[in-house]
Amino acid sequence: MMRMIPVRETILSAAILLLLALIATRFSGFVAPSNLANVFNDTAPLIILALGQMVVILTRCIDLSVAANLALTGMAVAMLNVAVPGLPIPIIIAIAITLGAIMGAINGILVWKLEIPPIVVTLGTMTIFRGIIFLISDGKWVNAHEMSEAFTGFPRAAVLGLPVLSWVAVLCVIVFGIMMARTPLGRSIFAVGGNPHAAVYTGINVGKTQFLAFVISGALAGLTGYLWVARYAVAYVDIAGGFELEVVAACVIGGISIAGGIGTVGGAVLGALFLGVVKNALPVVNISPFWQLAITGSAILIAVAFNARSGNAKGRIILKSAQSSS
Amino acid sequence: MSVFKKVMASAALAATMFATPAAAEDVRIALVVKALGIGFFEAAAKGAEEAAAELGDVEIIYTGPTDTTAEGQIEVINALIAQNVDAIAISANDTDALVPALQKAMQRGITVISWDSGVAPEGRQMHLNPSSNALIGNMIIKLAADHLPDGGDVAVLSATTTSTNQNIWIEEMNKVMGNYPGINVVGTVYGDDLADKSYREATGLMQSNPDLDAIIAPTSVGIVAAAQAVVDAGKVGQVNVTGLGLPSEMAGAIESGASKSFAIWNPIDLGYSAAMLAYEISKNGVEAGPGAEIPMGRMGTLTLDENSEGAMADPFVYDASNIDEFKSIF
Repeated sequence: MMRMIPVRETILSAAILLLLALIATRFSGFVAPSNLANVFNDTAPLIILALGQMVVILTRCIDLSVAANLALTGMAVAMLNVAVPGLPIPIIIAIAITLGAIMGAINGILVWKLEIPPIVVTLGTMTIFRGIIFLISDGKWVNAHEMSEAFTGFPRAAVLGLPVLSWVAVLCVIVFGIMMARTPLGRSIFAVGGNPHAAVYTGINVGKTQFLAFVISGALAGLTGYLWVARYAVAYVDIAGGFELEVVAACVIGGISIAGGIGTVGGAVLGALFLGVVKNALPVVNISPFWQLAITGSAILIAVAFNARSGNAKGRIILKSAQSSS
Repeated sequence: MSVFKKVMASAALAATMFATPAAAEDVRIALVVKALGIGFFEAAAKGAEEAAAELGDVEIIYTGPTDTTAEGQIEVINALIAQNVDAIAISANDTDALVPALQKAMQRGITVISWDSGVAPEGRQMHLNPSSNALIGNMIIKLAADHLPDGGDVAVLSATTTSTNQNIWIEEMNKVMGNYPGINVVGTVYGDDLADKSYREATGLMQSNPDLDAIIAPTSVGIVAAAQAVVDAGKVGQVNVTGLGLPSEMAGAIESGASKSFAIWNPIDLGYSAAMLAYEISKNGVEAGPGAEIPMGRMGTLTLDENSEGAMADPFVYDASNIDEFKSIF
């Protein structure tokens, strides 16, 4: 069991390296360190969201409202910035995370207390969140010249050679790595997804764990909402339209089982990076836009097919060690 | 029919007699917009008022529903018919849904024209387009060429591969490339009208074409994203972003220098022309039909095509000199 997961990650890493090598033969500038840093920075929002989505998928749920949550939080903080230009960035970030977490909590409550299937809940809240953006913004854009310098400057400020946006993603990866492996919450997330009935017998509240997973995913979406709006210096109703599917795709490519309980932080990050490399490489290798879509789609299918095969593990012999030791 | 008309006419006469006396002399032109409270249409109303001031005997009724629905506009049209206005100039929320209501208005002798967003030909006497595909296609390449006297490489950042408008404009642009010697179009990429994809495509363009001089984005999402990508790549002054955008959205890009100029219709001119045309048809009895030439004050003359449609003018160019005036409008 423990050996299988690193294997999957090694293969994915190898696939990314192979992809990079292929791109390099057509456009050598792509693998320059500075460009790879740019690619990582461009993928940072996807990595952050994929981590949140991973936690949700691990508990046998799915959060389709992440992109709408991102857009709503982004619009809210952008409008706040226009209204109160002097508000310090840490406070804006705190507000973004809180707003996102509240929206995640709404999903979580509906799944936990009303026991509505998560796909239905988040499909509904996805539309509601987009609708709310239209209501609060009146369909208008918040534009670059209306945002304060500090607001748009924060994610691109360079620290040790990398923009803050990249560092936020790195920080999230570290926090999640520790959380999933070393905390009771991380273990209960795996337990709930792996076998909910067994989880109940060990004293884990399944609904509450799923609720917390949605809150975590929402908080990350909120954080990304601010980063996204600040990075592209524009907020409007449709930002990140369809991005929730990319986030789910990153998780699936990263080997996180849609059936729950199986997956790693490393897998989610590599899945996101794989998509990030593909998305950034396709424009520069001069492939027709019609093929771009087909290639991205095929990459997802191949990864899923591969995961489905390797996920088809033989039944787990849970008593073998007990047998041999006795 | 004639009896009905007479009844209606006397009813209308009675209505006007009860209404303000001035209304009997003034030509009352209703400017019906998609929805109230939109900067673009407020600016068009300003233009219509300008035309009214120039003409003297015109009263502009600026109206529209509170949300952009065809139902709302039908109610507004019915109210205007009841008020017996002289002309209705409408920017429609639906091509076909408004036709019955507008036909009713025409039967009552009200001049009906559409502008900006058109109505099907049977529901209006003529339609005023802000510009034409050929003029737009020419304008987007001209904007890039104007800042490249010695020629250079330009690339196009479009919306989706299937966007009808953008594809037609790019096609029209390619037709007139011969007039701009030295300008090379090195590629066309598609940002799907998503800020993040457009940004990435623009970054890719600059990477794969290190000598790129200009990015032409005939889409409002793309032009903003490309400008941001140029700023982030530190290529301001080297790569000029131009195309079609809205002044409020592009003010930052003009300020940062990433975009030297861009174009879009001027709503003030549009409202002005619509009011002028409505006046000419209603008051001076100009016949609106295929091939007709109708004067529209300072905007010159409008020539109608076989569908009784006409294009007002070249898209209006916005740059550092006028952006502050327009960024608060739309």
